[in-house]
Amino acid sequence: MNRLEELFTRKKNNILNVYCTAGFPQLNNTIEVMKALQDNGADIIELGMPYSDPLADGPVIQSSNIKALQNGMTMQLLFEQLRDFRKEIYVPVILMGNINPVLQFGFENFCKQAASLPIDGIILPDLPEYEFENEYGSVIKKYGLDFIFLITPETSEERIKKLDALSTGFLYAVSSSSTTGNKKDFNAVEKYLQKINSMQLKNPVLVGFGIKDKSSFQSVCKYANGAIIGTAYIKAIEYSNNIQADTKAFLDAILN
Amino acid sequence: MLNISIPNNKGSYKQPNIFGYYGNFGGAYIPEMLHRNVEELRNNYLKIMYDEAFQKEFQYLLHDYAGRPTPLFYAERLSNQFNTKIYLKREDLNHTGAHKINNAIGQVLLAQRLGKKRIIAETGAGQHGVATATVCALKGIECIVYMGVKDMERQQPNVARMKMLGAAVIPATSGSQTLKDATNEAIRDWINNPNDTHYVIGSVVGPHPYPDMVTRFQSIISEEIKIQLKEKIGTELPNYVMACVGGGSNAAGAFYHFLDDLSVQLIAVEAAGCGINSGMSAATTQLGKPGVLHGSKSLVMQTIDGQVTEPHSISAGLDYPGIGPLHAHLYESGRAKFLSATDDEALKASFNLAKMEGIIPALETAHALAALHQMKFTKDDVVVVCLSGRGDKDMATYMKTMDEL
Repeated sequence: MNRLEELFTRKKNNILNVYCTAGFPQLNNTIEVMKALQDNGADIIELGMPYSDPLADGPVIQSSNIKALQNGMTMQLLFEQLRDFRKEIYVPVILMGNINPVLQFGFENFCKQAASLPIDGIILPDLPEYEFENEYGSVIKKYGLDFIFLITPETSEERIKKLDALSTGFLYAVSSSSTTGNKKDFNAVEKYLQKINSMQLKNPVLVGFGIKDKSSFQSVCKYANGAIIGTAYIKAIEYSNNIQADTKAFLDAILN
Repeated sequence: MLNISIPNNKGSYKQPNIFGYYGNFGGAYIPEMLHRNVEELRNNYLKIMYDEAFQKEFQYLLHDYAGRPTPLFYAERLSNQFNTKIYLKREDLNHTGAHKINNAIGQVLLAQRLGKKRIIAETGAGQHGVATATVCALKGIECIVYMGVKDMERQQPNVARMKMLGAAVIPATSGSQTLKDATNEAIRDWINNPNDTHYVIGSVVGPHPYPDMVTRFQSIISEEIKIQLKEKIGTELPNYVMACVGGGSNAAGAFYHFLDDLSVQLIAVEAAGCGINSGMSAATTQLGKPGVLHGSKSLVMQTIDGQVTEPHSISAGLDYPGIGPLHAHLYESGRAKFLSATDDEALKASFNLAKMEGIIPALETAHALAALHQMKFTKDDVVVVCLSGRGDKDMATYMKTMDEL
């Protein structure tokens, strides 16, 4: 049983997945940020691999990507930073990013290195399901990594079923069609989540995009297994001099 | 013309396979948020484009509104200068001053048939933005154009034109503040407006079916060249077709009907900027590697870590770190030859054409003209250069150059 399976077996509700960008706010903050998230209640850590042109992200996460790149973050360096991270980090960790840097690193090499750490899963929003089935899915499976697909309110029921079948770990339900960090209409979100809930999917569902505080976290947790917070956390540590304290304050406000 | 059978293998030069691949390049690398819109387009674009009523309206607007067919002009003095026979395909004489109107008319009509109420576009030099704003004004549709801040400064007349035409021009402030960033912002807008909006991509880039769709709308250029050459010289096949390439829409249109005529040499000219190895260049085939940018796999200028690098060209329309997947395939397969021209060579070519033929070309187009110097023509060669746009928008740059001379 891998860490994600173990988590979802043990915990069914109010699962909190927090996104952070590797190498942000400072180049060597990666492990410190992950540790702070783990210590203060995050169930899963989604570690962003910075990219120059992240299409699905709003201004806050875009600028965290640019800052991390300016700090000198590279894929190679990220794997070096993570070499011994399992000595401290026991929660499931997912690498998230755009496909191009992964292709340049070498897709198989990337999976091999990620699995050796071990990382638990991968999210590559711009790797479409056709390419996954045709070429990349078998490589991901070979190294025992979970691959998490996104669904949105615009995704048809038929397609949701297909993406659920292809996903392992969990399914990432984007709360509304938007880039990260945008405002949401939570009535529409509720309807959408109720629909997903009634579909009896094989994977647990975590809801992301627009979850920023206790009330938005609780409202989506009524219909899903948990939620993913990104933009709000990036804002909380953007200028932080004390990652541990700022992370604690941020997560306490959501969880307590 | 009506040829909509799709090869299921690796695609051909004229049409990609069902997944949008020309050889090794193409596809649709998009986040799920764009899936429904892109799929809707993919399922409908050929049906709509080759529908009789659509074709009737499209051809009518190309003829009566854009002013097609554009002339194929025998440039006598330029021909003497290069000791060959040079014909200029006068896309600059289209309404709004460039070939971009062909695609803008096509996509706006298509968007209407898809029931879309709002049009977004990216623009570099502003020609695509102006063309899109123009057709939206004609049809009474809301139009939003994303444009890099740097490009807004160097192409001010086009910013003013878009505003006068009723479009909202939104500055793209991220990255190098040029075409790549304007495209990012347009894609983000589309993600945030999934129901009522159509994204009119201006070049043969983006996820499938855009490269194929835009190529088909621009293919009118080579369709006319064939007819006009036949009338003028008795054969529809020239020895060379030359065009500038940023994303590559005028080149795709000028090449399209010659792709299977292997006797016709296709010459694509990229922007070398300050020189290919200067670190200030936009010559993607020379500097790029296979990668994914703006939804398709193609050649991309990038670091060893896969971060997209910032290109440079004096011409905003060529200042782009990628190239359409069809062109990447033409490059890889050797079907087209790729040359490049520097900023200075392009400027000189503009002034030369102005003095020799009384035509002031756009800076983008000037790159194709500059490459004439790199060719070895015979006296009897027939060379068609796609004169993709006119130079009015570039007068500030040209005036500055005159001051320096």
